[in-house]
Amino acid sequence: MTNRVGIVIVSHSPEVANGATAMVKQMVGSEVCIEACGGTADGHLGTDVAAIRTCLDLAWNPRGIAVLFDLGSARMNAEMAISMCTAEQQAGIAVCAAPIIEGSLLAASEASLGSDLKTVCAAAEEA
Amino acid sequence: MDIPVSEMIDAIADQLHQHADTLTELDRAIGDGDHGINMERGWNAVVAARADIEPLSLGPALEKIGMTLVMNVGGASGPLYGSLFMGIGKHLGDTPDLSELHAALCAGIALVQQRGRSTGGEKTLLDVLIPVVESLGNFDPSQGAKAIQQVVATARHSMEATKTLQATKGRASFLGERSVGHIDPGAMSSYLLIETVCDVISRHLDSQESQ
Repeated sequence: MTNRVGIVIVSHSPEVANGATAMVKQMVGSEVCIEACGGTADGHLGTDVAAIRTCLDLAWNPRGIAVLFDLGSARMNAEMAISMCTAEQQAGIAVCAAPIIEGSLLAASEASLGSDLKTVCAAAEEA
Repeated sequence: MDIPVSEMIDAIADQLHQHADTLTELDRAIGDGDHGINMERGWNAVVAARADIEPLSLGPALEKIGMTLVMNVGGASGPLYGSLFMGIGKHLGDTPDLSELHAALCAGIALVQQRGRSTGGEKTLLDVLIPVVESLGNFDPSQGAKAIQQVVATARHSMEATKTLQATKGRASFLGERSVGHIDPGAMSSYLLIETVCDVISRHLDSQESQ
């Protein structure tokens, strides 16, 4: 698992984030590390920078992480969380402009083949 | 000039609390209907962090406010207003003069533009922030409260003018030309922030003069 690009899914909704994660896990099993992050700390729809940061740490490995998001503010909060990571992590984390569910599935299947971060993101962005 | 951060925090939180429903209604028309809730959540967190913010000098205090917004808001206003305050704070000394304040505001706005990948004219908070900061180029401090009232007037006109704009950024852009006819909620909250800060500064000037 540590030799595969990881995936972090950031949605406004915990149900969307967890549902997308379940679909991905069904497809690629435990070959790829995938973390779901959805909702605000007080249980509303939205995204939580501290929670995204935690997911990035959990999914981190030197092959990198592809981040998928649902809406513009999720992207901005993901970018804020990335800016708080170590320099090594920042260099190895990419935000993919892709539909969240289809993109996650394509990214994870590409990652399961052992592809590098750039190829994983390109796969997601073809969705 | 000495800027009372703690008084500003309370005034802004109070103002946003009073207008939370208005912001949420505006957002319901062209966004996702949570702007009032998010702004209130963010500034309640700033009020809760006041004991940590108060001892800091002006620049670091504003940076801390920005970081608190980033960590607590949950929606787009977190990273946007967070970046604004962090950008301003990073470039402010303890007792800034007008030109230093102007430069710091420009730096804050540049960070908002970068974070939101946006410029003016896209029906966002920038359509209030940019014209207000541009108007500070003509600010005449010798006019005192009158000059400050002109800043508030510029903010209000700019906020009202977002009604005629078509949104090309954020969720309102999904509505295309149907976004025309509504004031942008981010422009409204920016106006409220500017009005409140100007009000606090005016009161401060008055009390200095009467001493």
